[in-house]
Amino acid sequence: MANGTAITESGTELVPARPGEERGTPTGWIQDLVYTVDHKKLGMLYVGTGLFFFVLAGIMALLIRAQLAFPNGHVTSPQEFNSLITMHGTVMIFWVAMPIVFGMINYLVPLMIGARDMAFPRLNAFSFWLTFFSGFFLFFSFVAGPGLYGASGAPDAGWFAIAPLTSQAFSKGPSIDYWSLSVLISGIGSVTGGINIMVTIICYRTKGMTLHRMPLFVWLALVTMFLVVVYLPPLSAAQIMLTLERHLGAKFFDPQAGGSAILWQHFFWIFGHPEVYILVLPAFATISEIVPVFSRKPIFGYPMMVAATVLIGFISAGVWAHHMFTVGLNSFGVTFFAMATLAIAVPTGLKMFNWLATMYGGKIRLELPMIFCIAFLFQFLIAGLTGVMLGVAPFDWQLNDSYFVIAHFHYVIVGGILYGIFGFLYYWYPKAFGRMLNKRLGLWHFWLFTIGFHLTFDPQHFAGILGMPRRIYTYQPGRGWELWNLISTIGALFQAAGAICLVLNLLWSARKGKIAGDDPWDAWTLEWSTTSPPPEYNFETPPEVRSRRPLWDLKHPEDPDWKFE
Amino acid sequence: MSSQSLTSTETEWKLPSPRVVGMILVILTETALFTIFVVAYLFYIGKSVSGPYPHEVLELPILGTVLLLSSSVTIVVAERNLHKGINSLFNLWWLITALLGVGFLIYTGVEWHKLIYEDHLTISTNLFGSTFYSLVGLHASHVVVGLILILLILILNVSGRIKHYHHEHIIMISWYWHFVDAVWIVVFTVVYVIGAKS
Repeated sequence: MANGTAITESGTELVPARPGEERGTPTGWIQDLVYTVDHKKLGMLYVGTGLFFFVLAGIMALLIRAQLAFPNGHVTSPQEFNSLITMHGTVMIFWVAMPIVFGMINYLVPLMIGARDMAFPRLNAFSFWLTFFSGFFLFFSFVAGPGLYGASGAPDAGWFAIAPLTSQAFSKGPSIDYWSLSVLISGIGSVTGGINIMVTIICYRTKGMTLHRMPLFVWLALVTMFLVVVYLPPLSAAQIMLTLERHLGAKFFDPQAGGSAILWQHFFWIFGHPEVYILVLPAFATISEIVPVFSRKPIFGYPMMVAATVLIGFISAGVWAHHMFTVGLNSFGVTFFAMATLAIAVPTGLKMFNWLATMYGGKIRLELPMIFCIAFLFQFLIAGLTGVMLGVAPFDWQLNDSYFVIAHFHYVIVGGILYGIFGFLYYWYPKAFGRMLNKRLGLWHFWLFTIGFHLTFDPQHFAGILGMPRRIYTYQPGRGWELWNLISTIGALFQAAGAICLVLNLLWSARKGKIAGDDPWDAWTLEWSTTSPPPEYNFETPPEVRSRRPLWDLKHPEDPDWKFE
Repeated sequence: MSSQSLTSTETEWKLPSPRVVGMILVILTETALFTIFVVAYLFYIGKSVSGPYPHEVLELPILGTVLLLSSSVTIVVAERNLHKGINSLFNLWWLITALLGVGFLIYTGVEWHKLIYEDHLTISTNLFGSTFYSLVGLHASHVVVGLILILLILILNVSGRIKHYHHEHIIMISWYWHFVDAVWIVVFTVVYVIGAKS
């Protein structure tokens, strides 16, 4: 164990630590992070990596918005603009959302199930470092040689890399290779991480934690990781084919040799749509933990929540082609995928009602995590409604590839997933650092970000309905898009200010925040029964569980849950 | 948290082995990977715009199939001997398994040599070449990984480092090997039966 203490135990005799290994010195600190196989440190590294790339990809978003603020803008060159939209999308999905999701699950799952670490701790470190370095590998493309004339080497074929634009003939230089290889590497990291987490949940639950007593967070993590294990490989396969095509002359997506450009889209979206659920289920998971604790009621309809999650997992396999209504599917295909898309709204709606029913009649405490959850409920509802609209194929024929779609999926990813992540940060930060996040700064973050979010993305619905296509570099005045774009850009500035508040809060509170104690929220799951931050071994003695709220049982021996379950 | 000794009415707390669950998940994720290559092959049957076409160049790989599928039997025999504790017989059958796998790879190598140098079919010739070499090559690469694992076990066992608590590791490797064989049955059916006439 390289835990950086001054004395390390080796066999029976105690030997002094090597130079630089002392806790507190910068080198010791870095060594500690590099050598670690502790799920908590790796979880924090995952989240930290995600937040780091969040800042970078957020700066790209600001550049995009600056370019589109006024008609005929010239903030970036057209080539750079293509790189920016591609990198913004790719980085936000694969190196912001994915690492944060893995970090959340990595940190919390072993604590919640009363385990001491993951099933395969070293594999866990391997997964993290693949994710970490693949991100830097992608960013290296900016300086790694020219792409098209006037552009950097950053990939510029859109975040789903439309074939055959990605072939050697149309994308010279190595930019697409950076894209496909870095996504492939991060995919390997995600799959190994997914297997690790699933094995941990299935094989390392503490005594008494049967499947129907697992916290909902763990259930949703299990379904999420199942989706990772099954739906990441199609993307890897597609990247392998793309690389074979670009470097060995294979013909998979080359229409001139009989290949199909549509097949690429199928392969990408077979991964791409379950990916949305891979990202949103962990957000659901945090909501499902936070809402009951801050409503002082157990979750409403636990079995129904589990069933809805599993159902979402299954249906998500059959909806991918709703991204492709406009490429020319046959009428059976269109009908099938439209129906499946509408059907998946049912279990998702069930969850919304269950959260509302949990809050109904509860003693609601408006602490920061809860505030973000309530905003999530509002925003995710609208995101879901526009999703149902786009699932109706004729509507999609009108608005596909417009700013309406942009607005819809940013509502899902920012208004939904990111708010879930914010809730996660405010709720579990005290556990990880032993100190509370500052409430005043947190409220500034909430209001700035929420106002900014709505200013940015609400008008994009209107711009889209007015016909503004996505991915355009600039536009002429007089089409009715000027006002919406200007509001959108102003909103982006508000979001940036909010994000700065969050980052400052995270840094400041780690040293100066109020001491949290073991259980600041009076919560019910196992992670709050150990110290904050938890020791490396998590629990001195493995806890034993008799109900869904083990900590409630411990605090209220006169009225334990297990009597009623 | 204090561990109160509860008058537990529950039966003994037993969870599945992490190795078994892990291997099942590896096989699941590999299946998903192969599925995409199989789908690509099926999708592109008969879509090549220039030759050589499968019916001109492909022959049923009877020998290779026999070699690989019989290795699934020999690995089971090896496992039986492992459970009985007959180390020498385990080593023998385990070695035969590895040799059968090597034989399959040699057969594939001969087949590819003929396809490349006599029939002039490469991965960049046409869609058939692209899908054929990627699917069969992906399978062959899994055979190589399986062989490395098998030889590793053999070396460790001959040098006496395999203990009784390693038996589950060995069984998991044999599961992986069975999976590789099962994939070959799919590849055989798709490439050499369904796709052979186009």
